[in-house]
Amino acid sequence: MSTTRAVAVDVSARRAPGLGGFNLTALKLEIRRLTRNRRTVIIAIVVPVVFFLLFGLNKAYDGLPYGSGNVAAEVMISLALYGAVLATSFAGAMVSIERSQGWSRQLRLTPLSPAAYIVIKILTALVLGFCSVAAVNIAGIVTHKASMSVGLWIASAFSVWIGSLLFAAFGLFLGYLLPAENVLQLLGLILALLSFAGGLFIPISQFAVGVQDVAKWTPLYGLNQLVHTPLLGNGVDWTWVVNVLAWLVIFAGGAMWRMRKDTARA
Amino acid sequence: MTLSDAASEARPAGGAPLLAVDLTGVHKNFGHVRAVDGVDLKLATGEIVAILGPNGAGKTSTIDMILGLSQPSAGHVSVLGMQPRQAISRGLISAVMQTGGLLRDLTVFETVEYTASLFAHAQNPREALSRAGIAEIADRRVGKCSGGEQQRLRFAMALLSDPELLVLDEPTTGMDVEGRRTFWAAIRKDAEQGRTVLFATHYLEEADAYADRIVLLRHGKVVADGTASEIKSMAAGRTVRATLPGATEDMLRDVPGAEDVEVRGDTVLIHSKDSDETARYLLTATQAKDLEIIARGIEDAFIALTGDDTQASATSTGAAR
Repeated sequence: MSTTRAVAVDVSARRAPGLGGFNLTALKLEIRRLTRNRRTVIIAIVVPVVFFLLFGLNKAYDGLPYGSGNVAAEVMISLALYGAVLATSFAGAMVSIERSQGWSRQLRLTPLSPAAYIVIKILTALVLGFCSVAAVNIAGIVTHKASMSVGLWIASAFSVWIGSLLFAAFGLFLGYLLPAENVLQLLGLILALLSFAGGLFIPISQFAVGVQDVAKWTPLYGLNQLVHTPLLGNGVDWTWVVNVLAWLVIFAGGAMWRMRKDTARA
Repeated sequence: MTLSDAASEARPAGGAPLLAVDLTGVHKNFGHVRAVDGVDLKLATGEIVAILGPNGAGKTSTIDMILGLSQPSAGHVSVLGMQPRQAISRGLISAVMQTGGLLRDLTVFETVEYTASLFAHAQNPREALSRAGIAEIADRRVGKCSGGEQQRLRFAMALLSDPELLVLDEPTTGMDVEGRRTFWAAIRKDAEQGRTVLFATHYLEEADAYADRIVLLRHGKVVADGTASEIKSMAAGRTVRATLPGATEDMLRDVPGAEDVEVRGDTVLIHSKDSDETARYLLTATQAKDLEIIARGIEDAFIALTGDDTQASATSTGAAR
């Protein structure tokens, strides 16, 4: 005989959490997880600082003017951007680890909505991105080579930080697209290539003309130009904005597409 | 079999019965494969039901639809009168999966804390760990926990929201006998509070020992649905054995329910479709004594009901070990 008992819980009294399950405890734990991954932290924070110390402190640079500052400041902004995009894309790509360990599936058995989950991921990425931008800028301050006004300094750092959101979307896209084993290595390689093409390591004016034309279509080019705008003071070229927005649509759209596929499972 | 009675008993005064799970004409196709092929399944609240079937019978596909992880190709799924996803967001369904579902770089406590934070209301994480008996490993990384500890953690996570329906998908795969016994003791203890439990298994003895009701799936269809003893008799009938001096096989063939008879000296063995009728007749209309009703093993029933493919017998031999 099947035994019948009373309903164990009062079904009608139950409700769903607000904000799709978004909460600060989950955000805190995500940030803690990210910082626990030593390799990620070292690559995203230490490497750009070391690059700045190696390449930004060239004796010729501090005397060389660049916009309202000097070339050392220009290099510092480029390397802060490099660090920030490493940080945000690594943080986004952590979803591949969650997928491979079945955690994404587990989360789908909780009230957490996909949108709230993505917000948590983006905020986590911004925290690591902030640390990376701060580290390079502190290196710039203590070495006394980079020179620009405090206002420009803050404006540049802030635009680098916010701009790096583009690469949180990129990391999420790759994290949903690729298996966990190699996504971080692959990401490091891709970002190095994109950073060259975007002119973060050497100005693209030093490339051959044909290469320059191609480089202007790559996803770090527009962003790199935009974050140097406050320092250079030459205004904004609309093609840079188009570049950033187009890649944002591609990365965010790709991430959403893969995430839907992943969620559907059918 | 007893479902309609059970459902009406659970009916709240004046309202429709609140079914824990209600599948109506559910199909799930993957390309040309019909993983679930027209399943109707109604679970009253408080029932403990096993879904039993060989690999590929559609157990996991059915469970995924109940959990809202996938959508039926046709048919209707509702849990506690709402869409599965709505029930999930209210913390009314929890599931314990066979493997995975845990982040190795979080600690045991952090995992529970994270999960609890996602619900509108949930148990205190520390208390949940104590209840699951894993408070002493709260600060251990999940990746360093044994399989049994991880399963206790999953169980603690599943109970955080005090769900009405607990779904277990082959929860004891890979556990040793002692681990399985402990796990089921915990589930049984918990179910006493009235939770509905639905579990998929290919361990026959688990379904037999722990479920009030067994749903047997084969090729995506329900081939049997009833209590363990009903399933056994459905496939194999029962054997009624008694002492009846002077009986002949010809006499016994006329006994109600008798399908096959055998006389061994004073002992008679009647293989019966309806052992109750057979026994009643023997005890009232004949001099039979020392009457025994012997059910065939559930494994025989399982093989009889699902056994037209090699997979079924392979599964049951595996479970018979």
